[in-house]
This record gives sequence, structure tokens and C-alpha cells, in this order.
Amino acid sequence: MFTVNAPVKELIELDHKIFLQKIYCPEIASIVQPGQFLNVKVSNSYYPLLRRPFSVCDVEGDYIYLMFNILGEGTKLLAAKKINEPVDILGPLGNGFTSEGDYNTAVIVGGGLGAAPFPFLIKRLTDKKEVMTFIGGRSIHDVITYGMKNLFTSTDDGTTGFKGNVVALLKHKISELKKSKIKIPLKEFSLENDFDCEVSTECAMACGFGICQGCPIESTNHKDKYLLVCKDGPVFNIKDVEL
Amino acid sequence: MNKVDLSVSIGTLQLRNPIMLASGTVGYGNEMAEFIDLNTIGAIVTKSLSLKPRKGNPPQRIVETPAGMLNSIGLANVGVEEFIKTKIPFLQKYDVPIVCNVAASNIDEYAECVNLLTDENSIKAFEINVSCPNVKEGGLQFGNDLAAVGKVTAKVRAATKKPIIIKLSPNVSYIADFAKVVKQEGGDAVSAINTLVGTSFNIFTRKPKIFSVTGGLSGPAIKPVALAKVLEIKRNVEIPIIGIGGIMNWQDVVEFMIAGASAVQIGTLNFINPSAAKEILSSLEDFCIKQNLNKLSELTGSFLI
Repeated sequence: MFTVNAPVKELIELDHKIFLQKIYCPEIASIVQPGQFLNVKVSNSYYPLLRRPFSVCDVEGDYIYLMFNILGEGTKLLAAKKINEPVDILGPLGNGFTSEGDYNTAVIVGGGLGAAPFPFLIKRLTDKKEVMTFIGGRSIHDVITYGMKNLFTSTDDGTTGFKGNVVALLKHKISELKKSKIKIPLKEFSLENDFDCEVSTECAMACGFGICQGCPIESTNHKDKYLLVCKDGPVFNIKDVEL
Repeated sequence: MNKVDLSVSIGTLQLRNPIMLASGTVGYGNEMAEFIDLNTIGAIVTKSLSLKPRKGNPPQRIVETPAGMLNSIGLANVGVEEFIKTKIPFLQKYDVPIVCNVAASNIDEYAECVNLLTDENSIKAFEINVSCPNVKEGGLQFGNDLAAVGKVTAKVRAATKKPIIIKLSPNVSYIADFAKVVKQEGGDAVSAINTLVGTSFNIFTRKPKIFSVTGGLSGPAIKPVALAKVLEIKRNVEIPIIGIGGIMNWQDVVEFMIAGASAVQIGTLNFINPSAAKEILSSLEDFCIKQNLNKLSELTGSFLI
């Protein structure tokens, strides 16, 4: 991990205030793994004070992509970066998904911007594994389709895909899957069906690399101490954490 | 070789420069070592250590506020035994003074912690945390009680020959009174200040944003308060002061030294720019050259009122 000033190359609006920011950053693009994240300083001053964590959404050659919607001052400032304006990035941080392993089909499940790390993950998995992707959202504009493969969608209001949440959709579809080892980010469901499963977690944090201790997550195996989302995660085996 | 003498003395603690990394913002050094050569730092102040490991508070522990952040970590730490076994060996690889920050639930426990750690050669001093706002026991009630601060200082003084620094709470009316007690009871220096008590609410749920309702406010928002506390101590008590609170650049360091600090600790800034100490040191030397200062410590308490 290190800090780097990397120039913004493009801002792409996907749909209804969901943005992809393309950044030239060969240093990080060459080493980052799917599921890892970056802690980004969104302004040149100390307002806002803290860096913002973003999953690496995609990597293309020397370029990395961040996905975000404009919710607060930080994402507003990030979206306002001019072309070639540098952003101060600290990363890559945390541990990513396991893309290797003794399984045939990766089932990827996410809701809203929780889908942000999946385009990169799917790209890495595609040559080796079958991929099924289940993405949910409140309505049609909250469903991320960028970079997804073999996609099944759900919305709470039924404006696209299955009407209901993404877990209900998954349960509906799961009977069609072969009983091979698969990866799904839903603890209860994975335990019931004895599926190997990894989950990407998030929590408010200050540093992103373990010194602030601001992002605890309850450990299943060690009740006397917390794990840290930033350093021990953000990707965990779902059996190891309490969600 | 530095062109300017950056070294400072905090009581009997000798530092190559006044830039210390504050407790709770440097872990046990290993994560920071990826960003900065620890040998260039004045000193590292470890995360608060308690006799037994502490799990700390549940999330949410961190909330950003205007020009600051609230934290309520709850002194999560590995405990003295694990620190000696697994953390000290890493720190011993570096030629940097280790100041061990100690927190406890009662007065005897402070002394017991110090007693267990005092024979570790790499530990050059103890910073006694009597002022953490985020724990039910051993936190603010000590920091707000003159007699308790006096007793803790005396008890810890008896447990070690190494320098003792008491980290004072700003959440008191007259901080200089506490510095006086520390001096009377044999403390070598004071750190000023710990975090200010603060809170923040979600306006839609009407619930506190932080699990423990209140947390410790740090960052540039508290710098003027910290400077005033350092100044108050400097004008009333002859004791070395380590200035802490919202230092974001070399100018802030100079300001703290002018107000009376012999050294400073960088805290929240480490989260945002883990290389900051290195950048600040370089700029401090340039400042001294331009100001014709042969020794950085000439700045300490040089305010003109």
C-alpha cells in the first residue's frame, strides 16, 4: 500500500447519478485484487477531513474505475474533478475475494452500490468459472448492470426483473443450480445450504489500514476481539463474521 | 545530517526531533512503517495499553464532523502481555524511542502496567492516559479529579525510574491546576490535550451517530482549544509540555511550540496522510534556516504577549 496522485481521465454517468470515474493509476492497477479498496482524499484541503473508501470497480490496463453516487460533500467533490486533475489515493487496501478454488460456479449477489466491486471480480472469474450475478435495487434506476454477466435482477417495486429483494430472487433461482460449491454473499442462506461464501463488508473508517481501529466487525470465532473491516477484510468468509 | 538542531528534551527523555506520533493513531508501528521510516520520527506513542486485552466499543466508532472527527474506540488493545510478546520485537528493530501509553480501570492497575513494562529497554517513557472520554472506568473521572490525577502520578512514579508524562484532559476548567499536581507528584511532563467530548446526531432517526453516544473530538477543529491549554500550562507551571490537537502541517507545529510546547504529537493527520511527519520535519528545518534559528527548541514558549 502507498499513496499516489493519479489523474482523473473520465467521468461516466451510468444512470441516474451513478458514476464511474476512470483514473490513470498504473501503480495500483498492476497490483490491486478484486474486492480490495482505495481510500481517496476527495479535496486538496482538509475539508472534508477524512478520506473516503471506494471499492475498485474495474481495471483496464493502467486504468482503475471507481463507482459511486453523489450522496454527500465527498462524492460531490470527487465527481467535480476536472479531466487530468489528480486525486490523492491510498491503497490498495484490505483483502479481496478468492477467485481461485475448487468450485465451478460463482454466484454473485449484491444490492445497489454494493455491486461496485463486482465488474472487476467478474472479469477475473470469467475465464475460469461460470458466473451468475444477482443484483437488486429499490427500483430500476438502482440496479447496477455495468460489467455484470449472466445477470438476474430484482427490484422492490417491480420496475424491472423479479419483484422483491435479491435474496428472494436467489432462492427462487437456486433450485436451477447444480449442487456444486458456489459463492454467495448471504450468510443464512449459505449456511443452510452449506455453500462456501465470501462477503464484502463496509463500515465507517478513518485510516483504511488498521491504525484508527474505527471499523470493527464481530468475529464468529473470537468473541473477545473484533476483526477490522479495513485490514482483516473487507472481504471475509461469511462464516468468520457476524453480520 | 541536519543543518539545524531539531533535538528536544522532555524531562529526561531525549528526542532527535519534536515530532511524535500520538497514541491511537500509529497502532504499534507496523502499519505506519510502510509509509515512513520510523527512525526519522522523534518518538512513537503506542496505542493505550491496559493490563488485560480490551475488545473496545461496538461500531459505529468513527464519525466525521466539520474539521474534525469523533471517535469512540474504547481503548481496544492487545494487553500488556501480548504487547511484550508480539509488538515489542517489531519496534525493537527501529532506533526510535517508544513511549508507552498506559490506560487502566483503577489507580493500582496503572502502576501494575508500568511495573510490568518498565524493564523493556525500547520503552523510553510512559504516557499515562488519565483522560480518555470513551471508557466507563479509568477515563474521564480520573482526568477530571485533581486528587485522582495526583494519586495516579505518585503511584506510577513509584513504579518506574523512566520519564512519566501525564496526558491531560481538556474537559476541565483549569488545566494548569492538573499540570501543577503532576509536577508536585513527580511527573516529568504533561501531554496536552486529549480529545474533547463531542457528539453528533442523525437528524432523521434522531439517534446518536456514534454507538457510545459521545466520543472524543480530534482534528483541526480542536487546535485553538489545544493551543490555549498549552499556553495556560506554560504561563502557570514549569513543566515540559507535549502539544497535541489538530496539527495538520509544520506551521501548526511552530504555533504549538511558540505557545509553550517542547514537542508535539501528530494524531488524526496520520489517518489522512501517514507520511505527514516526514513532510513536516523537512519543512521545519527550512523554517529554522529562514528564521536564523540554530536550535528548534528556541521556539518553545517564545510567545510575545
